[in-house]
Amino acid sequence: MGMTLAEKVWNRHLVALGEQAPGEPDLLYVDLHLIHEVTSPQAFDGLRMSGRSVRHPELTLATMDHNVPTTDIDRPIADPVSARQVAVLARNCEEFDIPLYAMGDANQGIVHVIGPQLGLSQPGMTIVCGDSHTSTHGAFGALAFGIGTSEIEHVLATQTLPQQRPGTMAITVDGDLPAGVTAKDVILGIIARIGTGGGVGSIVEYRGSTIRALSMEGRMTVCNMSIEAGARAGMIAPDDTTFAWIEGRARAPKGAAWEAALDDWRTLPTDPDASFDKELVIEAASLTPYVSWGTNPAQTISIDDAVPEPAAFDDPTQREAAERALRYMGLRAGTPIRDIDVDTVFIGSCTNGRLEDLRGAAEVVQGRTVREGLRALVVPGSMQVKADAEAEGLDAVFTEAGFEWRSAGCSMCLGMNPDVLSPGERCASTSNRNFEGRQGKGGRTHLVSPAVAAATAIAGHFTTPADLA
Amino acid sequence: MEPVRVITGTAVPLRASDVDTDQIISSDWLKKVERTGFGEGLFEAWRESSDFVLNQSRYDGATILVAGPNFGTGSSREHAVWALMDYGFRAVVSPRFADIFRNNATKNGLVPVQVDGPTGAALLDAVEADPSLEVVVDVETRVVSAPAAGIEAPFTLDDAVAHRLLNGLDDISLTLTHDAAIGAFELARPSYLPTTRD
Ligand code: SF4
Repeated sequence: MGMTLAEKVWNRHLVALGEQAPGEPDLLYVDLHLIHEVTSPQAFDGLRMSGRSVRHPELTLATMDHNVPTTDIDRPIADPVSARQVAVLARNCEEFDIPLYAMGDANQGIVHVIGPQLGLSQPGMTIVCGDSHTSTHGAFGALAFGIGTSEIEHVLATQTLPQQRPGTMAITVDGDLPAGVTAKDVILGIIARIGTGGGVGSIVEYRGSTIRALSMEGRMTVCNMSIEAGARAGMIAPDDTTFAWIEGRARAPKGAAWEAALDDWRTLPTDPDASFDKELVIEAASLTPYVSWGTNPAQTISIDDAVPEPAAFDDPTQREAAERALRYMGLRAGTPIRDIDVDTVFIGSCTNGRLEDLRGAAEVVQGRTVREGLRALVVPGSMQVKADAEAEGLDAVFTEAGFEWRSAGCSMCLGMNPDVLSPGERCASTSNRNFEGRQGKGGRTHLVSPAVAAATAIAGHFTTPADLA
Repeated sequence: MEPVRVITGTAVPLRASDVDTDQIISSDWLKKVERTGFGEGLFEAWRESSDFVLNQSRYDGATILVAGPNFGTGSSREHAVWALMDYGFRAVVSPRFADIFRNNATKNGLVPVQVDGPTGAALLDAVEADPSLEVVVDVETRVVSAPAAGIEAPFTLDDAVAHRLLNGLDDISLTLTHDAAIGAFELARPSYLPTTRD
């Protein structure tokens, strides 16, 4: 019988099969290990304590993203605790000889933006990082997943990882997307349907004509939020769109190596006679622009709808969760989503901080003005995205409309740098998590697409670009 | 890691589903570069409310946390496990754990006790009704029980994981027994694969 994309990638990285005992994990080889300042310090300490070294520094890459300020990046970080954490990363990279894109470097940026941008994220690879949104790189047909700090230490020391073989799940999206519906809405719609636990224990493969038609940026947005459905990883079969995106990038294969890679990559897609453990089919026509109303990403609804009644949930756990979420979010059931006013708009993050996202948002705000009193921020996902956007004049479009134009980093996605929400502040955000306090203590996050975020910044309440016309 | 065999103690009921790791330990705490001292930050925002369960003295000294389904979702931060353990927890009971959280837990000796929905609900009710109820998590038999409440149920834990917990085995040393296989694998890797420097 045929194999799925995930099974093929898994099998070609098997160093040892776990067959000694039921549940004994397989030992997988790791092709690329990405590192950032937040989850790595204790792993390096562990290495030092056991007298171990880094097996393959040249398969490891570090950047600074979570703590970096997005203004005044040419000056030392003002917060001494953040400053210490990035200094510790720099010291560890130096001691263990790991390449690092530090603050101020032209290649610095969010770890999941710079991997693809450098051409490092390629089909068929295994990619890990101490960060749950590592699933992003699955857009290239790589098997990419987040790990914890103990696992980081394990990969540093051995370049391998013991892993249980996950189940497989196919999510097929077919048809043309309705006007105004973006890749972000595809994944928000999927999560709203399958729930935060819908993908637990599985590698999800996104398939179907809608997915095929997405750009690489769009595919990264979809795979990025796989973890929000609990999935171990998200993947999309590589095709000509993938190859065209990679070709010519700094770390992509060149010449004969490129041809060899292409021949290999073309064998990766799921065989026609392969089967998945679980399957779900979604009609693209049923998707709309979405807005999250609660405090987990599955608490999401169409912008055309209203805040749901907790009583409408049959499951008591979901009902309690909805009640709790509405209290935290300061929302009343029945309020039309479009009637909710926001204080802040954040465009950025590893979900929607790429050039195409910024172009889409700029198109909406071009010639318009941000609603008075509203704070609006654009934070490019990497310094390269920033430079590319500036070369196209997008920065001017944003600043003329009243947006702040910042330097690269995670920024308000999780508020480890100075960009945070105040208690009660309501934000339309292109990021991936609307957890309590995620963007700052007491802050209220609504997840949306860049297009809806941009239109909302103009109107001051949830709005689609079409509403503005 | 210390071997873990049987955990016997009282439990704290946390009646919430989808407890994400941002709630367990907020990003403010992630700036620390050490592995210790996270207990103080455990559920920091929720602890501001005086009726939050960890603020109720009748649950002091508990070593087991009983929560709703989908515990540990979201961020991969292992700090969440360090915070739970630093606070004194040795096991968490839930009908479903997020994959990364479960991995992180077992690497540190925190037992993820995955029970079926009815057992989870019964345990929550029982420890809410009686904070002094003794709960026993037996890693060897993979049974969780609260004899005084008449609860006894199996929980899911892979044999290999149980073996590591019971013997306190270090994953890296186990992997290094495959050193020759790793070396052989490396020789056969396709040459077009990228490196991070020239
Ligand atoms: S942008 Fe947000 S989700 Fe992405 S890596 Fe940074 S903190 Fe994590």
